[in-house]
Order: sequence, then structure tokens, then C-alpha cells
Amino acid sequence: MTWIWTNAPALPVVLLLPAAIIIPLAALIDRRLARALALAASLAAVALGILNLVRVLADGPVRYFMGGWPPPIGIEYVLDPLSAFVILVVNAIGFLVLLHAGTPVARELPEAGQQVPYYAVAVLMLCGFNGIVVTGDFFNLYVWLEISSLSLYGLIAVGGRKAPVAAFRYLILGTIGACFYLLGLGFLFTMTGTLNMADLKAILPAVSAEPAVAVGLGLIVAGMGLKMALFPLHGWLPDAYTYAPSASSALIAPLGTKVGAYVLIRILFFVFGVGAAAKAFPLTTVVGWLAAGGILYGSVMAMAQRELKRMLAYSSIAQVGYIGLGIGLANPLGLIGAILHVMNHAAMKGLLFLVAGNFRTVLGHSDIARLDGSARRRMPWTTAAFAVGALSMIGIPPLAGFFSKWYLALGAVARKQWVFLAVILVSSLLNAVYFFRVLERVYLVKPDAEEDAPRTEVTASMRIPVLILAAALVLLGVLNAAIVKGVLAKVAAAALF
Amino acid sequence: MTEVLLGHYGYWFIFALVILGFYGMVVKRNLVKKLIGMNIFQVAIIMFFLSSAVKWQATIPIADPALGTSDPDLYISPLQHCLMLTAIVVAVATNGVAYALLIAIHKRFGTLHEDELLARMTHDLDLD
Amino acid sequence: MGTTFASPLPLLAVAVSLAAVPAILLSAKNRNLREFWTLAASLAKFAVVLSLLPAVLDGRLAETRLFELAPGVRLALKADAAGVFFALVASGLWILTSVYNIGYMRGLRERKQTRYYASFAVCLSSTVGVAFAANLLTFVLFYEILTVATYPLVVHKESAEAIRAGRKYLAYTLSAGVLLIAATAMIWLTAGRLEFVPGGFLSGSSLSAGTLKALFLLLLGGVGVKASIMPLHGWLPTAMVAPTPVSALLHAVAVVKSGVFGVVRVTGFVFGPRLMADMEFDTLLAGFAAATILTASLLAFREDNLKRRLAYSTVGHLSYIVLGMALVAPAAAAGSLLHLAFHATLKITLFFCAGAIYVNLHKDKVSELDGVGRIMPWTMAAFTLGAIGLAGIPPLNGFVSKWSLGLGALQAGRPTALALLVLSGILNAGYFFPIVRRAFFKKGAFPPGAREAAPTMVAPLVVTAGLSLALGLYPDLFFRFYRLASAVAASVFGGPGP
Repeated sequence: MTWIWTNAPALPVVLLLPAAIIIPLAALIDRRLARALALAASLAAVALGILNLVRVLADGPVRYFMGGWPPPIGIEYVLDPLSAFVILVVNAIGFLVLLHAGTPVARELPEAGQQVPYYAVAVLMLCGFNGIVVTGDFFNLYVWLEISSLSLYGLIAVGGRKAPVAAFRYLILGTIGACFYLLGLGFLFTMTGTLNMADLKAILPAVSAEPAVAVGLGLIVAGMGLKMALFPLHGWLPDAYTYAPSASSALIAPLGTKVGAYVLIRILFFVFGVGAAAKAFPLTTVVGWLAAGGILYGSVMAMAQRELKRMLAYSSIAQVGYIGLGIGLANPLGLIGAILHVMNHAAMKGLLFLVAGNFRTVLGHSDIARLDGSARRRMPWTTAAFAVGALSMIGIPPLAGFFSKWYLALGAVARKQWVFLAVILVSSLLNAVYFFRVLERVYLVKPDAEEDAPRTEVTASMRIPVLILAAALVLLGVLNAAIVKGVLAKVAAAALF
Repeated sequence: MTEVLLGHYGYWFIFALVILGFYGMVVKRNLVKKLIGMNIFQVAIIMFFLSSAVKWQATIPIADPALGTSDPDLYISPLQHCLMLTAIVVAVATNGVAYALLIAIHKRFGTLHEDELLARMTHDLDLD
Repeated sequence: MGTTFASPLPLLAVAVSLAAVPAILLSAKNRNLREFWTLAASLAKFAVVLSLLPAVLDGRLAETRLFELAPGVRLALKADAAGVFFALVASGLWILTSVYNIGYMRGLRERKQTRYYASFAVCLSSTVGVAFAANLLTFVLFYEILTVATYPLVVHKESAEAIRAGRKYLAYTLSAGVLLIAATAMIWLTAGRLEFVPGGFLSGSSLSAGTLKALFLLLLGGVGVKASIMPLHGWLPTAMVAPTPVSALLHAVAVVKSGVFGVVRVTGFVFGPRLMADMEFDTLLAGFAAATILTASLLAFREDNLKRRLAYSTVGHLSYIVLGMALVAPAAAAGSLLHLAFHATLKITLFFCAGAIYVNLHKDKVSELDGVGRIMPWTMAAFTLGAIGLAGIPPLNGFVSKWSLGLGALQAGRPTALALLVLSGILNAGYFFPIVRRAFFKKGAFPPGAREAAPTMVAPLVVTAGLSLALGLYPDLFFRFYRLASAVAASVFGGPGP
């Protein structure tokens, strides 16, 4: 047990990275091993995540020096309340999506040569996300970022006919983002001579007035803005999410952008801080206003979409905006709202994309205009879960989505940022417009053929994750006070306000 | 003015490379040219890092018995070089994935020119 | 103000109908069993609410404090006098509506009855939640659930018209919810408390006049939509496309009364009479209410569709209650609450009648009602009683509440309000009595064999009409409405206030 504890920060990565390599090898023996191993590895990561979060909350942050080299020479991995929380969210959603993936992968990636790599690459991507979150070193973060991004491109590209084009576009933009990040890092490194986060945090105040630091930070924020699809850097997202196979988009949509948001939060509030220097160079304010624009843009565009996954993709741009808005508020309540929304949105979007996958599996399509009451009759559980997810997105209490809005609204009031408050509130109405459009069709539009459509609900492996997530939305909403007080208040207390 | 230009000529060179690469990625319509732009961009950043490692009249960071190890100013900084080795690996991997995608695109659409690609994609009626 | 004691009863009152939802859904195949669950839940709910009554009359308030909804704000339910009053009305009339529902839904062979009954049960849960909510966040929580749970009922017919009505309904009510959330967030951050206090928890706080004004407008917008204060009333006549029992219980009792109950909470328990008067919110609110009463009464004349006419009448009567709260006088506040209950029994009678006529004769226009009274004497007799009551003529209960409101108007020194009430009474008589005249004194053509509606429909409407009469003769009958209303008024006006 103590062994696990002393090595805790490194374990998720050490577990997932070999798993990604073993999966294709094991598949040589029996193809079914691929899915089993991926599930086992991600389940173990969830278990580790729970264990780590509990221990971190009880005993405080844990630092782990890779290879025994202490920083600033070595690379350190740090588990603090923020990283432990985000890691648990990432792994939990990852596990549920992989659990769901069996049938959609078999259906949408019919070639045997695609299925095994899917699991391997999915686990590799999860590993990359874990690495990004847990590392305490900025260059190491870059490496993990690229590992996860390359996996992302692959996961998208195996989709339909147009998927490689979407993936390539994403690759170009994603690489620009990563390069901006690296360039920004170069500036910071030249000014401070360190890449360790804790070290940088200690040195930065001395040089924070230098223009080079400002340029570096600006580049990093721009790079991460691209990765998290912060408006107007969101161009890659709709096509990538739409054309990716269902099993991939359900994995990417809830997690991909969140990790970028995490990096922004980490840099802005835990390394750079919003002190005097930030006033001269109001990065968070810029992020906030862009996010506000993104919320409105994404919501309006979502209304215009005819295809469910594409609608959800635009909705993601809006939802990432909530996180950006929380960052832009730059106060503890806004930060709590942003991090809570990282979790809530991961659960909501995970659920909704899984439902889109179920639609595609059973109905063969996810066009909104072609949905009707037969969807509900054939899949009562799936559509019920969709309704829960939609209501949560709209922000009906006591579902989870309401409470992220609640904290963001509180943060906006505390800042007297009435425009942000109005944007948060108006966007729930816009959400209502595009989600009720779908709900109306599924629940109220009578099927063309009056024949009794047989109940062809999806298999248990596809139904259970959806239902778990729907239940989670209720639970996360009801228990939000416990999460906020137990975890996020600690995060906010450690942030540099 | 001249001092600003000449004193930092290395940086100006890198800056030009960054702009060139960015231009290629954003403006060029051929996907392979975009990729070439991406490579230039990446190389520019690698050079930027390496340039920060350079010290006047210092030598490569391998312990030389003639110089001893007491004065770090005699060696250029090794850290950036290690970092950039990793960055090069990342760049190579990115290129690998990118070319794989290009092959897939070419197989499906028979072109790598973005405008033609868009035209052929909109002709596809299926949403996938 | 009385003492508070911990008790699970308020929670039970909310939960009992929620617990019935799975039972209803599971017994979808067996409609008798399904309807049994609805009836059982409604009876149990009423019993629980009624069991809270003695304690409240003693000044002891049962309270359930649950987990924290957000740090510092608990999900808390408190059965205070106002809450018990509203919960009694809603849960009591649910029993009758449940009986009526069976006749109505089976009579029309409606589809998707399981969804219908389940949504009904959720609505009632959230209505009682609204009644018992001890703080603003809990109130918002139930208020929003009520919004969503009513939607399936509004669109029940699944026709294009119903879907449009549903959209309009959501547009109005969700926007209102957003305003309410904004106000709640602002109050929590600026005043640091959300707990309802008789006399107003904001009075005595150090908020600036501008903030208070903004808060009042936001809150008013939030509760004003469901309370149908003009110009926020547009959804209500449109929502009449819903099945009649829905209009009866939800659009005359539960949903709209949640809105006016919100007005009661906002004026009496958030701002309080002193702040209302100091900030001149009373004049503002009274102005809106007066305009609504007059306009709605006039618009009611124009409607030939019986249910829409009833809807405009509802809009007008809801504003009686709002006006009562705006007058800032004890008698007016008591009158407000009384009218909340008494308008409920009267209007539900009228809606039941409209539904019975529709199921029986498939007529829904006023102009088609010639001679209906001869075919359906019980129904139209009940209708007549309801109409008399709404016009405010003794000995029906509508007179009692109006009397109290009138007294309040004089207490507040606003005789114009009294004049308005009298005028509105005349207008009410003007748009209701012609219906009665048509039904009884004109001859109509009916298919042979046309007769009175099914007993499951007639019995509830006779009971509600009888109840209206009984409460008019003796307002404290059974449920001590009069004592409860007076207790609320006394607590709001005499309450210590913070």
C-alpha cells in the first residue's frame, strides 16, 4: 500500500502506457483481448484515481521525482487536489466510454485491422491526458500533449469517408497550437531558466514585468485556446467531432478540450497568478470575453445544425466557453465554476455523444430531421437518458449542469460582470431551444409508419454506461456542495488570487 | 534601429521562419505544402530554443579534459538540446501521422488540393 | 413567529407523489392499478399535508433540513402557515382532479396516459415543494422542476398546435426561471442569506436602493410569468390546448398559483411590507396588477372558446392576489391568500364543467352551449355557482376573499383598488352570466341520447362547487383557511423582521 502511495503520481501513466503497447501484442493471441485489456487498464486507472483523490485530500499534495532526480534537474509529477480531481474525471469518463465502445466499434470499424488499434490508441490517448494533468514540468506536458493529440488524430481519422480530411485539418491546427505553446515556453524558459512549474511560479514574480514573459504567456494561452477550441480558435472542432466514429467522438468530446482548459487553469492560476502583473496584461479577461462570444456563437450555430453529432459539437464550443468564462472571471467562485463544469460537461457531453452513438447503431443515422417517436419506442432507456442530459445542459436543477452555472453566475455577480451573467443565463435559454428541438421530435412526433416498431434497445454494454452517466448527472448535481467544499474549495484556496 | 536589427539577427531569422511556416500552413491550398509549412514552423521553434543555449566562445556540452568542468561558461547549455531532441521526435511522429492521413485522403478523393477536396466533399450526400 | 421543530413530514409531503411515479410507470399495462396509484398518492399526500395543520395552527412549524444544495444553502422544507395553506389547496384539489382525470381520459380514449399521470404526480410534488421551500434556492429548484414537469402535459395532444403551445410555454417559463436564478445568485452574494423570513429577510439589509430595485424587478419577472401578470401572461391562454384536467389543476391551481405564491414569498418574505412601501414597490406592483385585472376581464369577453375565456378570467383573478400583496395591508394579505384558495375551488369547478361538456358533447365554444343546462343539469348548476363565486357575490367563497381584499384596500388607503375590485366583479358577471343564460334558457339541438357526463366527472365538480359554497358560508370550515391566512398576514406584518 505504501508503495502505491509513494509512487501514486506516476502510476496512472506507468499503467496506461505499457497497456497501450501490450494491447496490439495481446490481440495477436486473441482479438477479444484488446477490449478486455483496455477496459481493465482504464478501470484500474479509475480505481487509482479514487484512491489518489482520497489520499490527496487527506494528506495534501504528493510530489514524485522521476528517476529520483529532484527538480529543477529532474521531472516531477505532482498530485494536488486539482490534478487528482481532473485525473479521476478523465479516467472515469474514459472507462465508461470504452465500456460502451464494443458494439459501435464493431459496427463502425468493420475491418478487423481497425478495431485493435482503436483500443490501443484510445488507451494511449487516455495515458496522454493523464500525463498532461499529473506532470509538474512544462516540457513534459508538451510531450504528453502531443502524444494525446496524435492519438486523437488517429481516432478521428478512422471514421467515415471525410474523417481523414477533418483529422488532417485538426492536425495542422493542433500542431500550430502545440507550436505556440512550445514557443511561449521558449520565452519563459529564456527568462527564467526553468521548466518546472513550482520553480517557475517562484521565479516569475521577479521577471513578470518583462515583455518577453507576457509574449510567452500570450503564446501559451493562444496555443491552449486552440487545443480547447476556445472561440474563435474552434474551427477544427465541428468536423472532427462529426466525422469521427461514434466511439471516438464520445471519447474525444468530453475529454479533449477539457485537458486544454486544465492546462490554462494550471498556468494562469497556479503558476502565473492574477496579481499585479496580470493587471497590466489581462490575459484572463481576454479569455473571458472570447469565451462569452464562443458561448453565444456555439449556441446559435448549434440551433442551425441538422445532425445530432454536429449540433453537439457546436454545443461543445459553447460549453468550453463556460469554462473559459470561469477562467475569465478570475475569482475563486469563477474558478470553482470552471472546474466543476470540466467535470459536469465531461459527464453531460459523454452521455449525449454516447446517445448519438446509440441512435446510429439502432436507427442507422442521427439526423435530427429524421428522428421521430419510433426512436423513443425502440429505445426508451436511451431516449430517457438523453432527456436527462439535455435538461442538465439547459440547467434545470437539481441536475449537474445547473450548478456549474450557479457558481459561474455567483462569480459573475461577485465581479459585477453583468454581461457575463447575462451570457450565462441567456445561453441556457439557447440550449433549451436546440435541445427541445430534438426532444420534441423524439417524444412528440409520430412515426411515419404506424407499425409497432419493435423494442430494439441497444445491448447492455451500450445501455449501462449511458444510464450510469444519467444517474451521475443527478448525483453530481445533488452532491455538488460536497464536491465543492471537499475538493474545489481546496483547489481555489491553493490558487494564486 | 540598425542595432536592433543586427544585434538580434538570429532572432529575426527565426522570426522570419515562423512567419514563413505559418504562412504555408494557413494560406497554401495544397495539403502537402501545408505540411511543409508545418515543418518550417517546427524547425523555427527548435532553432529558437537552441539559440538560447548558445554562449559566446563556448563549446559543445561534452566534458573536455582540457577545459575541465569547473567553469560552466565554457560549455553551451545542454538542456535545450535534450529538449529539442524530444521535440524533433515529436515532429517526426506528427509528420508520420500527417502523411498517413494524406495517403488516406488521396485514396478516397484523388486529390490533395483543398478547394477540389471541398468541392468533392460537398458532392457527397452522405453525412459521414 | 412560532417555534420550529425538525420533522420529516414536509419532505414526505413532497416525496409521496414522487414515489408514486415509478409505480405509475411500472403499472402502465394495467390501467386500473395505475390509476389506483395516482389516487393513493393523492390521498396520502393530502393526509400528510393535513397532518401538518394542527402544529401550524399552534404556531409550531415542521421543518426538514436536508443536505446542502450549494455550500451554505440547504435543501430545506418548512411547513409554515403560508406553505401549508397552499399545499392544502393543491393537494386537496389533486384528489378531485385524479377522480375527474379517470373519467376524462377514458372518456376521450387519450393516448399516453401513463406519461400523463406520471407528469401529474411530478407536478404535484414540485408544487408542494414550492409551497414548503424554506429558502429561495429550494424554491427555485422546485419551481424549475415544475416548469419542466408541466411541459409534457401541455403538449399532451402531440398536435402541431400543442407543440407550438409547448414552445411558447417553455419560452416564457424558462426565461422566467433564468431571471429567478439571476436574482437568487445576486441575493446570495450581496445579502448572504436566502432563508424566507416573515416580514422580509432583505428589510434591514444594507443593500443599495439600485440593487434592491434590480432584485425586485428580476424576482417579479421570475414569478410574474407563472402568475400571469400582464404582459407576461401570453403563455396561459395558449396552454389551454392541454387536456382540461391539466388546465383545471395546473393552469388554475398548481402552476399559476405557484407563481402567485412566489409573489407572496417575494413581497412578504423576501422584501417584506416595510421595504415594499419604502421603495414604492407596492405602487409598481399594484399598477401592474390593476392593469392586468382590467385588461384580462375585457379580453375574456372576446373569447368564444370556453377554456380560453376561463384562462383570461384566471389571469384577472391571479392579479387579485397580486394586488392584495401589493396593497401592503394585513387584511389585503389575508384576502390574497384566501383568494388563492377560493379562486382555486371556483375555477377548478368551471374547468371541470368545461371538460365535462367537451367529453360529453364535444363542444368547446361558448356560442355552442345553447340549452346545455337541460342535458347536463348538474354540471351547469355547478358552473353557475362557480360563476357567481368568481363575480364575488355572496354566499359563495369568492365573496369572502374579495371582502377581505376590499377591507385591505381601505386599510391601505387606496379606495381606487376597492373600486377596481367592484368593477372587475361586474365584468366577471358580464362574461360568465351569458353562458349560464344560454345554457339554461336557450334551446339547443343535441344528438339523441345526450345526457349528463360520467359520474367520475360529475362527482368532483359537484364536490368543488359544494365546497365553494360551504367555504363561502363558513370560511374556517375543515381546513381553517381563514385562520391560516390571518396567521400569515399577522406574521408578515407583525413579524419581528431582521
